[in-house]
This record gives sequence, C-alpha cells and structure tokens, in this order.
Amino acid sequence: MSASGIDRRTFLRASAQAAGGLTIAFYAGPLPLRAQEGAPAAAARPLPDPNAFLRIAADGTVTVVLAHSEMGQGMWTGLVMLLAEELDLDWSKLKVEHAPVAAAYAHPFFGIQMTGGSTSIASEFDRYRQVGAMARTLLIQAASQKWNVPAADCRALKGEVVAAARHAGYGELAAAAAALPRPTQVTLAPPSSWTVIGTPHKRLDSAAKVTGRADFGMDVHFPGLHTALVARSPYFGGKVKRFDGAAALKVRGVKAVVQVPSGIAVVAENFWAAKLGRAALDVEWDPGDGGTIDTTEMARSYRALAAQPGGVKAKAAGDPVAAMKTASKVVEAEYDLPYLAHAPMEPLNCTVRITADKCEIWTGTQLQTVDQGPAAQITGLRPEQVEIHTQFLGGGFGRRATPTSDFVREGTREDDIHGGYYRPQYFHKVKVGLDAKGAPVAWQHTLVGQSFLIGTPFEGMVKNGVDPTAVEGVFDSAYLADVPNHLVEHHAPKSPVTTLWWRSVGHSHSGFVMETLMDELAKAAGQDPLAYRRARLAKHPRHLGALELAAAKAGWGTPLPRGRFHGLAVHESFNSYVAQVAEVSVDRGAIRVHRVVCAIDCGTAVNPAGVVAQLESAVVFGLSAALHGEITLRQGRVQQSNFHDYRPLRLHEMPVVEVHIVPSTERPSGVGEPGVPPVAPAVANAVFAATGQRLRRLPLRLA
Amino acid sequence: MDVPEDMPLLWVLRDVLSLTGTKFGCGMAQCGACTVHIGDGPVRSCVLPVSAVGDRAVTTIEGLSAGAVHPVQQAWIDEDVVQCGYCQPGQVMAAAALLKAKAQPTDADIDAALSANLCRCGTYQRIRAAVHRAAGQTGGRS
Amino acid sequence: MRTAAGLTALALALGAAARNQAAPKADTGSGLAAFETVRKVFQHPRCQNCHIPGDAPLQFDDGRTHGQNVKRGPDGQGAAGLPCATCHQSRNPPASYGANMPPGAPNWHLPPARTPMVFIALTPGQLCATIKDPARTGGKDLPAMLDHVANDQLVGWGWDPGAGRAPVPVPRAELTAAFRTWMDAGAPCPTR
Repeated sequence: MSASGIDRRTFLRASAQAAGGLTIAFYAGPLPLRAQEGAPAAAARPLPDPNAFLRIAADGTVTVVLAHSEMGQGMWTGLVMLLAEELDLDWSKLKVEHAPVAAAYAHPFFGIQMTGGSTSIASEFDRYRQVGAMARTLLIQAASQKWNVPAADCRALKGEVVAAARHAGYGELAAAAAALPRPTQVTLAPPSSWTVIGTPHKRLDSAAKVTGRADFGMDVHFPGLHTALVARSPYFGGKVKRFDGAAALKVRGVKAVVQVPSGIAVVAENFWAAKLGRAALDVEWDPGDGGTIDTTEMARSYRALAAQPGGVKAKAAGDPVAAMKTASKVVEAEYDLPYLAHAPMEPLNCTVRITADKCEIWTGTQLQTVDQGPAAQITGLRPEQVEIHTQFLGGGFGRRATPTSDFVREGTREDDIHGGYYRPQYFHKVKVGLDAKGAPVAWQHTLVGQSFLIGTPFEGMVKNGVDPTAVEGVFDSAYLADVPNHLVEHHAPKSPVTTLWWRSVGHSHSGFVMETLMDELAKAAGQDPLAYRRARLAKHPRHLGALELAAAKAGWGTPLPRGRFHGLAVHESFNSYVAQVAEVSVDRGAIRVHRVVCAIDCGTAVNPAGVVAQLESAVVFGLSAALHGEITLRQGRVQQSNFHDYRPLRLHEMPVVEVHIVPSTERPSGVGEPGVPPVAPAVANAVFAATGQRLRRLPLRLA
Repeated sequence: MDVPEDMPLLWVLRDVLSLTGTKFGCGMAQCGACTVHIGDGPVRSCVLPVSAVGDRAVTTIEGLSAGAVHPVQQAWIDEDVVQCGYCQPGQVMAAAALLKAKAQPTDADIDAALSANLCRCGTYQRIRAAVHRAAGQTGGRS
Repeated sequence: MRTAAGLTALALALGAAARNQAAPKADTGSGLAAFETVRKVFQHPRCQNCHIPGDAPLQFDDGRTHGQNVKRGPDGQGAAGLPCATCHQSRNPPASYGANMPPGAPNWHLPPARTPMVFIALTPGQLCATIKDPARTGGKDLPAMLDHVANDQLVGWGWDPGAGRAPVPVPRAELTAAFRTWMDAGAPCPTR
C-alpha cells in the first residue's frame, strides 16, 4: 500500500532509515584510546584555511565557525576561547555558528566531520589557535601597511589593531587582510603568556538557551513542513507483515501513510496529528529472531559463555593459570551490567527539505559526514549535495552518532527508549591471584558483550580482531600493566538489539568492574582502599595525582557524620584521569549519595569552568545509571518506555559535587566522558563500607 | 484558531503558533520541559488539552519577560547553569513559578518544586544556586 | 478500655445520627458489616494513596511513593511552585494521550497537613475512629463525611481513574448506602 498524498519533493520530516553500506575510513586508530598518538604532529600539517573557521564583517562582527557540535559539552565556548587566545576579541561583537559539512571541518584526529570521543578540545587545540594566529598576523599586516608602521609595533587588542595612538577595528582591516597572502607558519603564544586558556569563561550560549531562542533540531519550522512519525517494530529486527492505514488516514491532519524501510510512516500536518495517526495504524509485525529476547536469559547465557574458552584475546602476558595456582589468595567475582539508553532530553529528530539538486537537513548530529551517506542514498543525490544545518543538540551522549543515521525521523520519548542503540549489556568474569603482600600476580578477565563496531561502518576501529570499545578500561588498565601474568578475553555475542557508544563507552562498565574489584582486592589484602591503590599505581603519576587530590579534598580517612560512609574510585579514560570519593548513607535499603568529590587531570584545562560543569554532569549521568538505569527485554519487548520507568536522577537526589582540577601543562585531553566511569564504583564501594554488601551488578540494589 | 480541542497545548504552541521555546521531552508530564504558566501557576502543556485552557492567560518562555531578561534567566546566566539547554526553558518557567509562590525558598522548597523537571545534563546543583540567586539570597549554593 | 477520645467521638457520632433520624435503624452487627465495605474502599489505593501520613503522596495500585519528589504542601494543594494542578487537570486526559498519564478531577488535592485524615496502614478500629474524629477529618462530621463519599467530584474519580489504575471495587451507590447503614447503626467501630 502506498497512500501517498504528498509529493516526495515537498518538505518532509524524513522518515526513512537508510541501509548501511557506508564505510568510514578512520584517519587514526581506535577512537577513544590514544587518539593523539595516531595523529601527526601539528607542525607537520599545513595550516588550516582561516576562512573556514572565521569571518570578520565590515562592522567588526567576528563569527567563529565550529567544526564540532554543541551538545552541552561547551564547544560553543571552548573552541572560541582557543581562537581568542591568539586573536584578542571584542566579545560583544562575537557570533558563533555550527559549520556546514565540508572537508575543511574534518576532525583533526579522525578525518571525518564529527563530535565524540571527548576529543573536541584535544583535537582542536592547535587548529583554532592557528586560525586565530593567522588572522592576527594578517590583520596586523594590513594595519602595518595602512599606517606604514612596522608590524612589530602593532598588536591586536579587543577587536582592534593598535599601534601607539593609532587603532583600527578588525572590521576596517578585514578586506585588506583578506587580500594578503596567507602566512605559511605562525607562532603560538607560549603557556606563560596565555590570558584566555586556563581562565574560567562563562558559556556563550546561555542567553539563547534560557530565553527559548536557541534552535534545536526539533524547533525548525518553515511553511509547508510536514511531520512524520514511524511505527517501528516493537521487536528488534522485526518486519511489517501486514498493515492497514485506512483508520490513520481518517485522523484529522494526516496526509499520508507510507511504508518505509524502518516501518510505517505517518505523515501529517503536525506532530500531534502524526501521533494520533500512528496510534490508529493497524500493523501486524513479524517479530523475527528478536521476538524471544529476554535480558535475564541473556545474562545467564553470557555467564555460561564467560566460562568458555575461545574469546578474542585482547591482552595476554605470562601464564596466569600457573601463577594463579601459586597465589596466596584468589579473588573471584562476576559482574552484570544492563543495557542502557542515552535518553537525551531532546527526542531524536531531523528535518529535511528536498529539491531537485539538494537535500537540506536540519538536525542535531554528532556525525555530519556519516549522515550525508544515507541521505544521499535515499534521495539519489551525491553526498556533497546533502547540506546539513547542525542545530543545537538537546543532549547527545553518543546517541546522535549512529553509523546508520537511524535518527532520521521524528520521535517520541517512547521511540527513543524503545529504539535501541543501547550501551550493550555486559558480563565480566574475573579471577585475580594475590601474593602474600596482597599484590595481584595473576589476572584472568573475560568480558561478554555485543560489539557495535564489528559488522558496522566503524569496523575499521577493530584492531587484530579486538574491539577496543569493548575491552577499554580493562586491557589498557594501569593496574593490569604491572601484573606479570594476565589474560583479557572478549566474547562478542550477536543480537538483533542495536548497541552503541554511551557516554564513556566501554569504560562505563569496565570502570565499575575494575574499581569495585580493586576495593575487593584491598579488602582481601587487608589494606585501606586508598593505600592499596597507591601501591598499585606507584608508577602511574597522573592516576596518583588525581587520586591524592580527591582523597585529600574529601577528607579520606577522617571521621564522617554518623551513618555516612566513603567510597573511592580512580579511572583513566580518554587520556584523562578522574578520581572520585562518594559520601553515601543507606536507609532501609535506599542508597543516598550526599557528596561526590572529583579530581580530574585532563592536561591543560582550557576552560576550567567548562571542566567543572562537565564533571558535575558526568556525576549525574553516572549516578542515574548506577541507581536507576536499566533497559530490560521480555519476549522481545523493551519493558521501559519513558522517564517514569527509565529514571534519570532528579534534583532531590542530587548530591553536592565538588570538582578539583589537577594543575597540568600537558596537552588537553578528554573532559566530557571521563567523569562517568568512577561514579558507580565509588558509590558501590561506599555502600560496601556502609553495609558489608558487595554489589556487583548495576543498577545498585541492596539485598 | 482552528485546532482539535483535544490537541495538547504544547503542540498548539509549537506546531501551530511556532512558539518553539516550549519543549517536548516526554509527553506525559514526567520531565517538565513543556512548562508554561497559566495565570501564575506552572502547567505541563504536553498533557493539557488546548480546550481546557479556556480564556485563561498562557505565558510561555517567550513571554516570561517582555524585552528584558527575567531575574531567573539572569541568575541562570550568572550561575552558568545551562549545558545542552533543552530542558532549561522549562526549568526557568518552573523556577519563576516557585518564586512567585514563595519569594524566599529554602533548599527543601526548591527540591519540592523543581524535582519534577528533569535535566539529563545534570545541572541540578547550579539550578539550586541560581534559584537562590534569583531570590536575592546569597550563599545559597548548597 | 475506652478512652476519653473514643467516648467523645462516639457521642458526636450519635449526635450526628440523631439529627438525621430519631433512632438507629440498623443494629450494631449490620453496622459493623457495612463499615467493612467502607473500610475496603477507604483503604483502596484510589483513596488511601492521598490519605497519607507525612508529606509524600503515593501513586498507582502498588502505592509506591509519588515520583518527582511530589509533596503535600501545607494546604494539601502541593508544594509552593509545584501545585497538584501543574500536572493534574480537572479531568482525566483524553484516552488518545496514551497510558500512564497524570489523571485529573476537579480540585485535585490531598487533605491539608493540619488534618491529614490518614487512612493508610490503620487497623479497622483506628480507621473508624479517624473517620469519626472531626479534628482529623478537617471538621467534617459524619453527615459531611457521607456527603464527601456520596458527592465529592474528586472522590468520584476513584470510580473513573483512567487507564492503568484499578477503580474502587465497590460501586459508589453501594458505598454510600453502606456508609449510611453504618451511621444509622450508631457508627460502631470494630474492636481491633
């Protein structure tokens, strides 16, 4: 049936889901690991095209163009700060905008236009400063020629070039500057003279966002725009067996009912009509293999699989089996971690306008280059004919970075919670042998969980069969590095349930496992959790720096109010090091988190205010999952549907969060994600201190 | 205005009147992103049939303070509250309603009034501080 | 042993009954049986979820704590800045809105904190004493309580609670009749 009452080339909030078929050639190695090592040194690269990143209007308005999407993490401010370090701005004449899709905006580490992996500042640390320095050089040159004074006597100051008594706004000099040959090299200001980097800056997008003027993907409107909602199979991988759209077409405002690859689309004058129309659809689904999925059963089968050999060896050293036999003490533990939805506040959506030679898309996306592919495939256009107008993202957390651009549709909260692309369900089985002093000498670690790289356009990130996003936080753990006999294996079972990176990716489960396990090992060794970690991390100064700072600020080891208990965790991810001390009480089985003290070493903190905000945010994101988060399936159906049963943390559950930044002169590293992994283990370790119960599954539930 | 009487106020605002400052987050009064004022009171526009508005005055985020910046909005800017920002129009409307009902709220008052507004970015600590700031209370950061 | 409060309540109840009719029309046994019907309704989730001690109402058939940190507030209309009417309108949302919507009825509220009229977790005898004590019912004597049971629109929502919630298991007319029978029998209270 194709009751098309609407021309394909009229405006349409797109409904179609593209088949994959696109392969991403990544520039560097695994995304979240040591991305910087794979990238050539900045000096070896040609300087960027400043026009792509900076426009100076005759009236002096400076527009900074962002190669990365603003999804809350503060790029709207942070990238501008990098540029402003080299080109002193009149901040009242500043405009910021998202870039269109173009090769110039390719991610310096990854080679495609994208936002993710906590790399925006880290990857742009040179480029945006270089753009600022090039502009400064050209503007000074223009002024120098105009005034016939040596360039060395000119300097850029608050939107003007000044030389002795003379001054001219950037706007007055822009045309002349643009005509000059571009510099082939620039000198960046040394850290000792930084005035912007390292100084807390308030966000530049606040005013627009608190007045409702900020445009998110959902807010795009133009005459003739229709809204489509897609009825998708309630079973993963399910197909339409039969449908009847007659009743839907009778709903006021419904224009068309169309079968699309992802289900049945209802096209209507507005969202509400589309929602009523979709509810009126009569669809029979063929559940396929997804119809029997049961997450409890999955956990059981994962446990059985973890006991089997044959996993991919992610890391191996020595002979852990033999060493285990000689250990003084053996600790064994198993961990269950659920599927998790990202549930960004703005439901997934996308607005499309298709004309003869162009497909325009308005959406909040983390993967512009990738999204061009499916849109081109659907419309029959070339990828470069697909224009993407990146809107503010109402939260991303990884969900707006799908290899299949699955978000190309309007959605409700229920669509989001049921829509898959979850953090994979995981099972860890760990066996650690300790020597007489309590130091680990043998470590066997098996992880079981789906890979979202294998068989997707991101397969290029798999190295030697190892999916780094699955085993990160374990196979590259500082703890493991010093254990002479170890083996890390990964089984990657398949499932029709789609999975994806979820804020902090593999670290979201491995951080919990490693840091609760470390507490357990400390207990087995009869040592204080802090002292035990100190000994393990003696050769890892950045871990130690964060750990010591958090412990000191939290008052580790000093008496707490009655009924309060501390737990701690430290974890490296995205090249940053975060330690957290949680202060927790337990009342009749309810876990209450009162305070979380965080310390982060993220190298140079470009915007310390942004770093603090991201750590606060990460604590809430991690706590939401630790205390409440769980997506479960029974008979193939997701049991949660909205915020009443998939519960993010609320204000009254909010602990006091304190953030301390370890002073550092290292290059900037990740900030958006590294605060997530330590939260759950810090809380679980505090719960152990409070109750003696060692919780090895999430969300945390006391017996 | 010719719309079905059962249509939620939210969609009349967003899709018919193009007032997109009021956000859609859940559609079931769980998140508060769609908060508007009817009279002085906060209302979740996603579960309010437009016919139930009657002749009462509706204030959206666009109309919270004509031309100027409302003290709550200013406090939000000063405390650097927002991250992704999607929930914040609803948070601001809810906070403004709280301050109308109680000019000098305690932390417990703020928890009771604003826990029905979700923020997935976790800006809650700053929201508390910003409400205190908007109320003219110093040292409010809890 | 009879307490002074119990005596006062009984006296009031008799007084109230006396205003309506000359003499009790039912015996204590049928009065107690009728009270059991009243108890069953009052302690049904539709009623007791809001007739709570403390400050936190309950919701759904399992009587879980109301989400979102919702509070009674001093006058039973919700917390300052989050009145019940933020989400609860004067009628249930249309069925087209879907499941788990906030239900509605005129004047959606809880008893005020001063006279909370607690129904939940009481023995039948305690519940009976509560109903008969105007200090706990917000000044309602038994005829006023009967009117509340028979005519209040918010109470009436208990029989039309919308999708996903069990209605009160006894028809309203039957409840009203039972309440009247119990009153007419002198409003006897079970001993436990």
